[in-house]
Amino acid sequence: MNIHEYQAKALLKGYGAPVAEGVAIFSAAEAEAAAKQLPGPLYVVKSQIHAGGRGKGKFTELGPDAKGGVRLAKSIDEVVANVKEMLGNTLVTKQTGPVGKQVNRLYIEDGADIDRELYLSLLVDRTVGQVAFVVSTEGGMDIETVAHDTPEKIITVAIDPTAGVTDADVKAICDALKLSGEAASDGAKLFPLLYKAFVEKDMALLEVNPLIVMTSGRLRVLDAKMSFDGNALFRHPDVMELRDTTEEDAKEIEASKYDLAYVALDGNIGCMVNGAGLAMATMDIIKLYGAEPANFLDVGGGATKEKVTAAFKIITADPAVKGILVNIFGGIMKCDVIAEGVIAAVKEVGLEVPLVVRLEGTNVELGKKIINESGLNVISADDLDDAAQKIVAAVKGN
Amino acid sequence: MSILINKDTRILVQGLTGKTGTFHTEQALAYHNTKMVGGIHPKKGGETWTGSKGESLPIFSTVAEGRDATGATASVIYVPPAGAAAAIIEAIDAEIGLIVCITEGIPVQDMIKVKARLDASSSRLIGPNCPGVMTPDECKIGIMPGSIFKKGSVGVLSRSGTLTYEAVFQTTNEGLGQTTAVGIGGDPVKGTEFIDMLEMFLADDATKSIIMIGEIGGSAEEDAAQFIKDEAKRGRAKPMVGFIAGRTAPPGRTMGHAGAVISGGKGGAEDKIDAMESAGIRVSPSPARLGKTLVELLKG
Repeated sequence: MNIHEYQAKALLKGYGAPVAEGVAIFSAAEAEAAAKQLPGPLYVVKSQIHAGGRGKGKFTELGPDAKGGVRLAKSIDEVVANVKEMLGNTLVTKQTGPVGKQVNRLYIEDGADIDRELYLSLLVDRTVGQVAFVVSTEGGMDIETVAHDTPEKIITVAIDPTAGVTDADVKAICDALKLSGEAASDGAKLFPLLYKAFVEKDMALLEVNPLIVMTSGRLRVLDAKMSFDGNALFRHPDVMELRDTTEEDAKEIEASKYDLAYVALDGNIGCMVNGAGLAMATMDIIKLYGAEPANFLDVGGGATKEKVTAAFKIITADPAVKGILVNIFGGIMKCDVIAEGVIAAVKEVGLEVPLVVRLEGTNVELGKKIINESGLNVISADDLDDAAQKIVAAVKGN
Repeated sequence: MSILINKDTRILVQGLTGKTGTFHTEQALAYHNTKMVGGIHPKKGGETWTGSKGESLPIFSTVAEGRDATGATASVIYVPPAGAAAAIIEAIDAEIGLIVCITEGIPVQDMIKVKARLDASSSRLIGPNCPGVMTPDECKIGIMPGSIFKKGSVGVLSRSGTLTYEAVFQTTNEGLGQTTAVGIGGDPVKGTEFIDMLEMFLADDATKSIIMIGEIGGSAEEDAAQFIKDEAKRGRAKPMVGFIAGRTAPPGRTMGHAGAVISGGKGGAEDKIDAMESAGIRVSPSPARLGKTLVELLKG
């Protein structure tokens, strides 16, 4: 789960991290009062969407020469003018896709005099099974470009969970970022508290790009991108409150209510599969036979009939879906449960498109029997290859 | 032969009394009398678990107590996510040699703590978020459907549960059968990576060929490919077929498994496929052709 920059900064401020003063607004009427709370004379107006590349992004509704999603303002009047131009419009960035995202929240922040821009992030380094700092002197730009062009400029410092951030770790990070004097002292306070926040709040990613050295020689967190481990949200109701569902796909929200792993895609074959690997492989084989999947959907291990019904309804509600492939290899998941769920869903919402069902594994005979005796127009498949070919043929009208 | 488990492996069940634990323990007992020897429940020690067909197992309060009473060498964990890490750590502390954790959805920070304890111990953890380990006709730990297995010569190794079943099913249909199938699990931080299992399969005389199934995210497949390359230079090699799930997955979206995500330009399918092919692994473009690809490879 992702949160907005202003929420991430408020969370980090609570841990004592140096962040600028700022105010989030939801309407243009709030702009002037918000800016007046800040010291000035330099302000930054930042679009709050769950996607990177905002500065270089373009608003669909404005001309090509209009400024991007992050703007400098040198007076309160300029703040208000920018807010009026940005709020409610659609920002397209490298990460939003061509459709873009509507900007419903803006963050007005005190400006800073920047000396150097650095990159810092924390993530789980799976090769060592530890939290790691990833840092670079090349901040403020796309870190993937840095990783590609100059990988030697990216330094990783993994943290031993039994020791936490040690003095040696702090020194390694400071050296990598070429920090000295007050900036290094700031770093010695900042790095352990970022680690503490990351671990305590079960984050999946904390990215500070850029971390800046100001002309005063002090460090400041200028941007913050934060996402959380979905498996740990049960113990963080405070984080759950920060969820902005307007940033998410409506079908994905519905799926999450039933604890289904669902990702909307661009194709026209709806898929219902058990297991993440098989669900991905099902997408792959559909593509291999020349069609495109409409979604990734893993009904999980111990799915109930109700969960399967909900999953089927989410797939059929997508108007792009021209055919459905149910592919189940039961281990924990029992084929008869899947069969009953599919039939219950079809009886409730009808079936307008071809449905191919492939069942294998635990209770397979019972599952097939239930499907066959249902009287529904279901195309049975013997194996994965057969299933993929049949649904692709059905959708293409062969 | 087989790896990790055989007919003599004695297994405790942590989370036996739940619905999932009960169902799969019944299935294991029914599968060639897999030696399930007891269950663990902190409040139900001294009681007896009864299955739907009248099977029964003693319940112990702690893993250590269960191990002492039964001589168990392995443990399987069906405990729900919030308590699963503590269950693994209890098994590590009881010096259980093989711990298999089926539980899906354990917070990654919990697994980081587990990993630190594991590294300082002599226990091996398979999983979490995995289907378990299976040696045909001998021993079933976890949730794999027994009916699709056949004793044979292929070592099956996978990050994905249901794709493990595909590989098993297809090698059975081709008449090859399996020595052992191991699902290592789809989480980013886990007990066992591909390399350790490849080492065991290479060392096992009965294993004549290997199927390895990876997916997008991380670099475990690249590491495995490098290992296979290095071993081949030392003269140790077996015919090997691979598959990578998620070729069509869009970057930045987590595909069900917490570990299955292409991020920062890393973890994409094509890099993994290239690495595997350069190590001499025959990568099947289709998940439905794992068995057939292996048969073709063996024919030479």
